Amino acid sequence: MEDVVPLLLLLLCVSSAAAQLCAPDASNGYKVRLSLLTALGDEAYVWNDSEMFLFRAAMAFAMRTADGQNYNVSNVLVCDETPRVSFWFVVTSPLNSSLLVERRQVEEAVRKSRNRINSAFLLTDNTLEFLGIPPTLVAPTPPSSPPWLIVFGVVMGAVGAGIVLVLGTSVMQSRREKKKAQTGFEEGEEESRAEGNGAASDSVYNLSFSDDDRLTQM
Amino acid sequence: MKLKFPNPGLDDRIPSHAELERMEKEEAGDRPKWDNKTQYLLTCVGFCVGLGNVWRFPYLCQSHGGGAFMIPFLILLVLEGIPLLHLEFAIGQRLRKGSVGVWRSIHPCLTGVGIASLLVSFLVGMYYNTIMAWIMWYLFNSFQSPLPWSQCPLNANKTGLVEECARSTTVDYFWYRETLNTSTAIDESGGLQWWMVLSLVAAWTLLYVCCIRGIETTGKAVYITSTLPYVVLTIFLIRGLTLKGSIEGIKFLFIPDVDELMNPSTWLDAGAQVFYSFSLAFGGLISFSSYNSIHNNCEQDAILISIINGCTSVYSATVIYSIIGFRATEKFDDCTSDNIWKLMNAFNYPENNITDGNYDQVLSQFNQTNPDIIQGLQLQTCDMQTFLSQGVEGTGLAFIVFTEAIIKMPVSPIWAVLFFVMLFCLGLSTMFGNIEGVVVPLQDLNILPKSWPKEIITGLTCLISCACGLIFTQQSGNYWLALFDSFAGSIPLLVIGLCEMIAVMYIYGVDRFNKDIEFMIGHKPNLFWQVTWRVVSPLIMVVILIFYFVTQITKSLTYLVWDQEAVDFPTLEARPFPSWINVIIFILAGVPSLAVPVFALYKFIQNKCCKKEDYSDDTVDTISAKVEMNDKMKI
Repeated sequence: MEDVVPLLLLLLCVSSAAAQLCAPDASNGYKVRLSLLTALGDEAYVWNDSEMFLFRAAMAFAMRTADGQNYNVSNVLVCDETPRVSFWFVVTSPLNSSLLVERRQVEEAVRKSRNRINSAFLLTDNTLEFLGIPPTLVAPTPPSSPPWLIVFGVVMGAVGAGIVLVLGTSVMQSRREKKKAQTGFEEGEEESRAEGNGAASDSVYNLSFSDDDRLTQM
Repeated sequence: MKLKFPNPGLDDRIPSHAELERMEKEEAGDRPKWDNKTQYLLTCVGFCVGLGNVWRFPYLCQSHGGGAFMIPFLILLVLEGIPLLHLEFAIGQRLRKGSVGVWRSIHPCLTGVGIASLLVSFLVGMYYNTIMAWIMWYLFNSFQSPLPWSQCPLNANKTGLVEECARSTTVDYFWYRETLNTSTAIDESGGLQWWMVLSLVAAWTLLYVCCIRGIETTGKAVYITSTLPYVVLTIFLIRGLTLKGSIEGIKFLFIPDVDELMNPSTWLDAGAQVFYSFSLAFGGLISFSSYNSIHNNCEQDAILISIINGCTSVYSATVIYSIIGFRATEKFDDCTSDNIWKLMNAFNYPENNITDGNYDQVLSQFNQTNPDIIQGLQLQTCDMQTFLSQGVEGTGLAFIVFTEAIIKMPVSPIWAVLFFVMLFCLGLSTMFGNIEGVVVPLQDLNILPKSWPKEIITGLTCLISCACGLIFTQQSGNYWLALFDSFAGSIPLLVIGLCEMIAVMYIYGVDRFNKDIEFMIGHKPNLFWQVTWRVVSPLIMVVILIFYFVTQITKSLTYLVWDQEAVDFPTLEARPFPSWINVIIFILAGVPSLAVPVFALYKFIQNKCCKKEDYSDDTVDTISAKVEMNDKMKI
């Protein structure tokens, strides 16, 4: 009986210490929010203690990767769970369980291993939110040559070829017509010389010679 | 109503019926001809059906009472559109000349009407092709996934999105910053934007290659440019109807509000829309009609093209609003789920506990218990009507609203390509008519040497228009374009249209005109045409002109500006024009309109003072003269 009381007191102290370390709006803690139904829809799993254990293990892994020290699941304290599935967590130092790890160090660790933590839960940056740690933005890689210039080049090439083609055919056509007119003209001249005057002909200029009415009537 | 001004010498200036028959049989080779009737109809339909059918009519329809707007639209189509169209077709087919030639033949003092048409066609062509350049820019940028207007770029130190983009939307940013790179005022010109210059050059060279030999080449091009838009509209209709929320949009468009019919501005807007939609007074339709054979049934053509134009407007309005309905529904859903998310996170409710159904109930409950937290959340009001009425007119519709809808559809690049190809074809076929309205009068006016072939004249026109159009590629180019759109393409056209009617009815003579139509199509135009030509249509035009003039004069001249510093950003801010803009406005609207009376006066004075020296005009008709002429021919 007498052994139990100190044990009880010890347990109380430990739990109250833990309670004091992890509290909502703790200075060195972060709020985590999971949106399972949004991310996974019908295939969403139920959030239970085992999932929480996985989270704490993942956080310990992240701290180990960043820090190098031997963090354990017991170093990650969780509190204020809500049905939303959101909670606060703090990380205690492996060397001194009443000392909290600095906020910035936790943030660094989370940033480094964000991908691994996300994939452990089949979630993304938007559905597993660490409030206060914005996800690093992925810059869209600009393509080597802007695609619009390529399309522009293709269109202009086609249009230029079209202009050259059409102008070329016009020039050729007009040259052909000029040649025809010239040869036709020469042939006409030879014909007229061969026929001489007085011969009935369709062309206008002969009319003046064959038109008797113009002779003065006596 | 048999008023007629004395018009001596009219018979000498125009070919008689006998001469027309002779010309028809001999097939004079120098005037171009249509290969077949289909080409002619497709060209006219292409000229009439343009961007206005897609982005002006749907907005007017929805804002003036939806389905009820059809009533003034159809009435004015029949009373104003069809008679004017028939008039232009008939006079072009009868006198077989372009716009300047036709009016000069009717009376030399009327040459001003043709010149006004030439100036208006030139000014409108300049800014219309800049819109084509914008369309081409978007088209070039549609060949990539994801589309460039679906993402905001990151800012300089990669910590977040660019501020301008984060405060407005990705499509706004792409349009105002990456396309236009717009400045904040019309006087801040900001220099030429090289990518816009390239797009402009592309638009003009493409137009040149299609117009290079006049209707010989455009006649082939219209087989595609006039038919493709209908195909694409149908594809979009099928796609649109399968999207969620499209029926909302169509309902919003067509639900009639009969009270709007009492509003005079509804009738005015309907009249103006009918007039501009038919591309009347540009001179292009007269030109196109003059290439027809003399006995072509222009009455039938006018009715057919009017019906097609009207139906296309209604059809495209349906398609546009089905897509707008989809976009509005998407935005509404995003807005409400955003609000639900915020509420859920603030009060740590499990997911899916707050749905659209109980949202209002939960919100009111929390408003009573924790009003301060609710305030801090900054919940937005999600109103479907607001989303449906956002930016649904003009360039805002095509480049902001529709592009936003496209990025929400699966396989976005294909829809983007289809949409911009459709807009491009709609605009290109209208530009064919514009170029015709500039090139043919230039040839008729004998300003350029006759030896220059058509290719060179067309090339020169395109080059000069492109050079002048460079003002629209500046940073303030968008504001200049809006200025041109409001003033160059509005009042002058109404003035020219009115002058055309008066010229044909009262200077050419309605009796002569009736006889001509009887000669051409076989029967005299019936009572409907007589009444509308002589009384109804001119009256409607006068009313619209007066009201337009009055509204333009009385309203304060402001323009909408994209300014990050503005209070209501991203809403556009209205800013007054600087005072020197009045000079520009006068040049745009005044010079073409005043060309009519100025030229009339000039010719009148010329006639009066040069009346005595009329001998040189008479030709000496003797055989000796013929001999001399023929000797020259021999050599």
